[in-house]
Amino acid sequence: MSSLRGKVAIVGAADTRVGVVPDRTATELCVESILLALADAGIGKDEVDGLVTCNSMAQPMLYHAEAIAEYLAITPRYCFAAGAGGGTTFSVLHHAASAIVTGMAEVVVIAMADSLRSGLSRDQAMLMQSSTGHPQYEQPYGPTVPAYYALIAQAHMARYGTRPEHFAEIAVACRAHAARNPAAQMREPITVDDVLNSRMIADPLHLLDCSLVSDGGAAIILTSAERARDFRQPPVYVLGVGEGHGHEHISQAQDLTASAARESGQRAYAMAGLRPVDMDFAQLYDCFTPTVLVELEDLGFCAKGEGGAFVCEAGIGPAGQLPVNTHGGLLSHCHPGNPGSMFALTESVWQLRHTAGERQIGNARYGLLHAQGGIMSSHSTLILGREEG
Amino acid sequence: MERIQPSSGALADAYIAGCRVGELRLQCCSRCGLHQFYPRIMCAHCFSEELEWVAATGRGEIISFTVVRRPISRAYDAPYVVALIKLQEGPTLMSHIVDCAPETIAVGLPVQVAFASWSESVALPVFTLDRQRGSSS
Repeated sequence: MSSLRGKVAIVGAADTRVGVVPDRTATELCVESILLALADAGIGKDEVDGLVTCNSMAQPMLYHAEAIAEYLAITPRYCFAAGAGGGTTFSVLHHAASAIVTGMAEVVVIAMADSLRSGLSRDQAMLMQSSTGHPQYEQPYGPTVPAYYALIAQAHMARYGTRPEHFAEIAVACRAHAARNPAAQMREPITVDDVLNSRMIADPLHLLDCSLVSDGGAAIILTSAERARDFRQPPVYVLGVGEGHGHEHISQAQDLTASAARESGQRAYAMAGLRPVDMDFAQLYDCFTPTVLVELEDLGFCAKGEGGAFVCEAGIGPAGQLPVNTHGGLLSHCHPGNPGSMFALTESVWQLRHTAGERQIGNARYGLLHAQGGIMSSHSTLILGREEG
Repeated sequence: MERIQPSSGALADAYIAGCRVGELRLQCCSRCGLHQFYPRIMCAHCFSEELEWVAATGRGEIISFTVVRRPISRAYDAPYVVALIKLQEGPTLMSHIVDCAPETIAVGLPVQVAFASWSESVALPVFTLDRQRGSSS
């Protein structure tokens, strides 16, 4: 079996304004992100022959990617909208990379945007939240989205002695990164006490353990490593990618404290021929603080059960052993729903181009990105690098 | 405002019918003998389609829980406790823990099923702390 390692590269990346962006619809944010990414790559729309999007909750469309292509007046030969929750971004990149290698397309735009903050009514937002969970056997009990993740946190606490302070440390680290990112929605530094004193939402999760609700969009341009040399930006190469899909509903999870991030990560490391210790930074899905802790363990940055100690002792902030979510993550940069990990992707491109400004990680060569969708259900891991191999 | 009702379907209706008569029904596979929840058209373990409804003991253990402080809608009185219960028969299900102060709940405690009305025609299983087994274990 041939490997995708070093075969494709990201040659354009851009974010729209994020946070509260009432002057753009979700569709317009998606289109704007594409225009910005094309400009970054230095190409026109005629060079694009593939387009992948994810649907918007604020402006859902039955054929989302096709509608965006129509808006741009392009006629791609490869075009689809995907949905795997937060895991969509890297799953899609996995598919698009395969499409390029097998000749289905040469230059693929991946663009995702939504306006959860400005584009959804309260009723729509509640409907969206209550539609998570099994319609017969979970939803009637009224679990909120934070409640699902609280179940994971509580199980981890009971099994490994993890404490609310450990989760809080993750929110503090993400905010410290965001303080260095002028684009982030929340930049005021916070302390562990601030997190622990914020309103309890679903025990043990406080308000500041929960990610933001935002508007925003981002896009990247993916092409073959061969073609990438002709673009004006230094290419950022896909070295490893892997997925793991464990369950959909949390009541069906095999294990509440470990996830299919293990398999997803192992597949990505095997393809890249790299190990956790090789990573200069990691962007880990942080819809709620406990996901980061479980991902640090499942992706091999520390042993199972030692996530709490890792965030406190090794550190994941700007000065930590492993900087995590260098843009501020979903907790402090922005979280417009399914597109959330796109911002981890664009940030990683800038880190590996060495253009991340004040928050640049010194001499960054490799970065690991991880996303999950459902309730720790669908996992995808991506390893990017500055060099082809 | 009514709480969220379980969506309907032949298997879900059979389960709800059990709840109405005070029975927590699980499917048991006639071939491999395993119990499963939620109900399916086949055994998820061996793919046999020979499944029988059996009444569970209604006893289990809390494997995780959370106290929801901000309710999903006005139909739910916060705080309420959403928990995952591992039944003695093996499967895990989501439910509520009722009739106790949230601070008395802990992972690992034994629980016992009860049934609560969700609408005129629907009752669903909820759980209470099983103080008898709790004190003896």
